[in-house]
Amino acid sequence: MFNHEFIRNAYLAGTFIALSAGLIGYFVVLRNQVFAGDALSHVAFTGALGAAVAGLSATAGLFASTIAVSIGLAALGRRARGRDVVIGTAYSWILGVGALFLTIYTTSGSSNGRIGVTVLFGSIYGLSAAQALVAAVVGIGTSLAVCGIARPLLFSSLDETVATARGVPVRVLNAVFLVLLGITVAEAAQAVGALLIFGLLVTPAATAQLLTRRPYRALALAAGLGVVELWLGLALSYAVDRLPPSFAVVGVGFAAYVLALAASRLNGRRSLA
Amino acid sequence: MVTADALGPPHLTWNVVADVRELLRFPFMQNAYLAGTIVAVTAGVVGYFMVLRGQTFAGHALSQVGFPGAAGAALLGVAPVFGVIAFCVTVAVAIALIPGRRSHEASFESAVIGSILAFALALGFLFTTLSNGFVTGAYAFLFGTFVGIGNTEVLTLLVTGVLIGTTLVIIGRRLFFASVDTDAAEARGVAVRTLATIYLLVLALAVAAAAQITGTLLVFALLVAPAATAQELSTRPGRTLGLSIVIALLVTWLGLASAYFSDYPIGFYVTTIAFVFYVLARARRALLG
Repeated sequence: MFNHEFIRNAYLAGTFIALSAGLIGYFVVLRNQVFAGDALSHVAFTGALGAAVAGLSATAGLFASTIAVSIGLAALGRRARGRDVVIGTAYSWILGVGALFLTIYTTSGSSNGRIGVTVLFGSIYGLSAAQALVAAVVGIGTSLAVCGIARPLLFSSLDETVATARGVPVRVLNAVFLVLLGITVAEAAQAVGALLIFGLLVTPAATAQLLTRRPYRALALAAGLGVVELWLGLALSYAVDRLPPSFAVVGVGFAAYVLALAASRLNGRRSLA
Repeated sequence: MVTADALGPPHLTWNVVADVRELLRFPFMQNAYLAGTIVAVTAGVVGYFMVLRGQTFAGHALSQVGFPGAAGAALLGVAPVFGVIAFCVTVAVAIALIPGRRSHEASFESAVIGSILAFALALGFLFTTLSNGFVTGAYAFLFGTFVGIGNTEVLTLLVTGVLIGTTLVIIGRRLFFASVDTDAAEARGVAVRTLATIYLLVLALAVAAAAQITGTLLVFALLVAPAATAQELSTRPGRTLGLSIVIALLVTWLGLASAYFSDYPIGFYVTTIAFVFYVLARARRALLG
């Protein structure tokens, strides 16, 4: 399997994308910011296609749009957690603009008709050696950054008031966290696509929370699960004909979540008895 | 099939009557307007209750599972509308079966829904890949189309719309009471839980219907935006409900016409028109205080 260059590239990039997504995803779930992740994934779709229409690289558009919006969300602070009606209306409009870019791009003649599928559902096997290397380096960088701020971030996520009183720079941490989330969403979009980001970001963290209540163990578990699920998913899609890698990765993650749910239910009954 | 392209692109003129005649010249556009009108009325009513009850996230979840439904039906050679209805209703039943939730687990719950959504969308992608990379079809399911609406779809939408309408006429008053003040309604003997389950099924049907026009990703343009706009314009329940329907109709009719007279997708027009209405309504309220 590893004789193929595209498989080696996919494993190189995927490992570190899954690692950083698992780490930051744990904090996304802990801080109840799944909505911010959803917002960024919508923006990632429209940003990537907008860049493609303008004749720029879709990857550059992906990173530029998610980082810009995460800075915007950080600047808005608490006000960004507005009413879900406002969010729903604005999001569907952003996606609608993405649909417009998609039509403009695919009907503009000598262009790649599958770009929409690539942006929405990922194409990890399409990464070149250089792209895979960049993705891996960015993944390692964000993972290290998350580990670096893990202690104060955990503190401020669990009890913001006490953390502020103890002198933890809560606002700065929130901003740094959101920018790291923006980078991770753009990374994950390359692997599984803008629509399936939650499969790498949220599913491993949700599974880890079922298996342990201790924060650091859950953080490590979320990262470990993310990486192993990606490895298994890629291997599965290689072994089974016509199984798309992004479905395999998300599917393995969801299966792990269902197993963990069943296990925790059984354990819960036993401890009650 | 005779399409507009075969006879040259349609042109918009200053003569409104001629434009409307041009717009409704072909059977596929007549079907699209019939379907759009049914969808807009149901979305306007059901969306009003969704915003009132604060159930936008349930609507979000239901709309996304429509995609694997449509793609799965296409894979089996069934009309996509049936797949969407089947998936949405199944998930609505599953959501209704989840026992009462504890509020301190809110963050955990959104993680669960997020995981389920990612899996549902991945499943939709698998189904489209298996139907020999039917890429254009996938875009239509996700972002809407108005050319594929045949007599089967119009008839199915009509039955769905009548079902939703009858149900809401029967439970409407009690549902409004239960949505505005759950505790008082329960004390007066209103079956709040049963009403919630019935409403969730109605919502699933409305989402499935709206997805026929806007696509599964953009359902909110018809379900949330008109109701939210109406709430900005009026506080009286009856008038808000009426406004919600009128705005949904305007969004759909204008969206269909814009898509017909241009090269761009209906999903873009419907979401943009809905968004502009909402922003204008907010601005009006901000100016009038």
